[in-house]
Amino acid sequence: MKELTYHRADDAASAVALVSGDPDARFLGGGTNLVDHLKLGVTRPGTLVDVSRLPLDEVTELPDGGLRIGTNVRNSDLAAHRAVRRGWPVVARALLAGASGQIRNQATTGGNLLQRTRCVYFQDVTTPCNKREPGSGCSAVGGYGRYNAILGASESCVTTHPSDLAVALAAVDATVVVLGPDGERRVPMGDFHRLPGDRPEQDTTLAHGELVTAVELPASAAARRSTYRKARDRASYAFALVSVAAGVELDDDGRVSDVRIAWGGVAHKPWRAEVAEAELRGRFVSEESVRAAAEAELAAAVTDEQTAYKVPMVRNLTALTLTSLVEGAAR
Amino acid sequence: MDAEITLTVDGEQRTVTVDTRTTLLDALRERLGVTNPKKGCDHGQCGSCTVLLDGRRHLTCLSLAVANDGAEVTTAGGLRGADGGLHPVQQAFLDQDGYQCGYCTPGQVCSAVGVLEEIEQGHASHVSDDLEADPELTDDEVRERMSGNLCRCGAYVGILGAVKQAAAASSEGGAA
Repeated sequence: MKELTYHRADDAASAVALVSGDPDARFLGGGTNLVDHLKLGVTRPGTLVDVSRLPLDEVTELPDGGLRIGTNVRNSDLAAHRAVRRGWPVVARALLAGASGQIRNQATTGGNLLQRTRCVYFQDVTTPCNKREPGSGCSAVGGYGRYNAILGASESCVTTHPSDLAVALAAVDATVVVLGPDGERRVPMGDFHRLPGDRPEQDTTLAHGELVTAVELPASAAARRSTYRKARDRASYAFALVSVAAGVELDDDGRVSDVRIAWGGVAHKPWRAEVAEAELRGRFVSEESVRAAAEAELAAAVTDEQTAYKVPMVRNLTALTLTSLVEGAAR
Repeated sequence: MDAEITLTVDGEQRTVTVDTRTTLLDALRERLGVTNPKKGCDHGQCGSCTVLLDGRRHLTCLSLAVANDGAEVTTAGGLRGADGGLHPVQQAFLDQDGYQCGYCTPGQVCSAVGVLEEIEQGHASHVSDDLEADPELTDDEVRERMSGNLCRCGAYVGILGAVKQAAAASSEGGAA
């Protein structure tokens, strides 16, 4: 690890000024991912600007029924918050499906969205990886590919985004509040993460030095009737093979009036399944109808022998998630 | 870059100058001689470095020491029962044979103390049917909540029993 200058930020604006003025500087939040990457040599900043003590750790109920979550709210506190459990169960469920109790006490809301891929090649500095070292090549193509993307991948990068929370936030149409040198801007969750294209080193649409200060959740009937399901290699403390964040609102006849479906483990960003949503609107929720809707979304999937399992897995998990929501199952 | 930090470790205030790259775990073990938290994987995967940090269970391998200046650290060795003897969680690990080699045990014990506090506060888990109900400490709940602590000896059956014994002791009004 190279020499490291450490600053504890006094306020958000000075933190942004410090990092945006220094290409070699990074923000430090909870540190669960960044500190590991310092040790592994995945990232080698010269300066860390610690934002973890900035007073951005409140959950505030907004006048329109929404919720504003400060970036430093810890994952465990967000999952336990009464308003989140009641109004956005998909968010609480996604958080509780991620990491461990200890890590949830440490990891922050903004940091969760900014965590990097767990692709084994990205984390192994002895192998080529376009995300870690642009232009070096992709070892995951033709390598160990079980976790690779099936939607929206590119020749330069086939990895997936590891966050559970981000998938839930995509489903409920969250907004990310960002502070930059020129002031604040608001980024819809769907525009926050990006597909790899030929710049896989860029996970998000943030510029260097822009700081996530909050995430806002709009209230909706579909968010109130929502949940998160995750398929993984062991029952707990593992990243998703695939995951489904879903919410639904039914009209008086029991037909879908609003539905939100987002998938994790399938792409470089949380994948909002808009084709599937459109297929389901106005229809009854059944195993058959949801499977058909998911199939329509998955028509664009590109798989190989290592990732082919993800297509039926995400289709079936989506059907299970939505049918259980409509039947009123607890989770 | 060096930085001077002060930590309260098991009730004792300690000041030390550390390189900014030093993790909290290395500061405790290598600089302060507090070897109760163990270094297992050093990547946040095994839980053996778990302590109570400002009262909550927390890894020490994925934190920089400098970022934790002023923190209060309680290791498994710093836990005490209400009578000054063994903490109910420590006693439960003994009674239930919740270990074999013992390397993961300080982390398991700190994590279990954290679990009991989270239950007390009504926090749901991934396996809770109802996000808003008071959680019941079933076997599945204990397994899920303790999943961040690995035991390579496989003493999980004893660990499960220990957490349940300690939970029963604390719900009877014992110290926790």
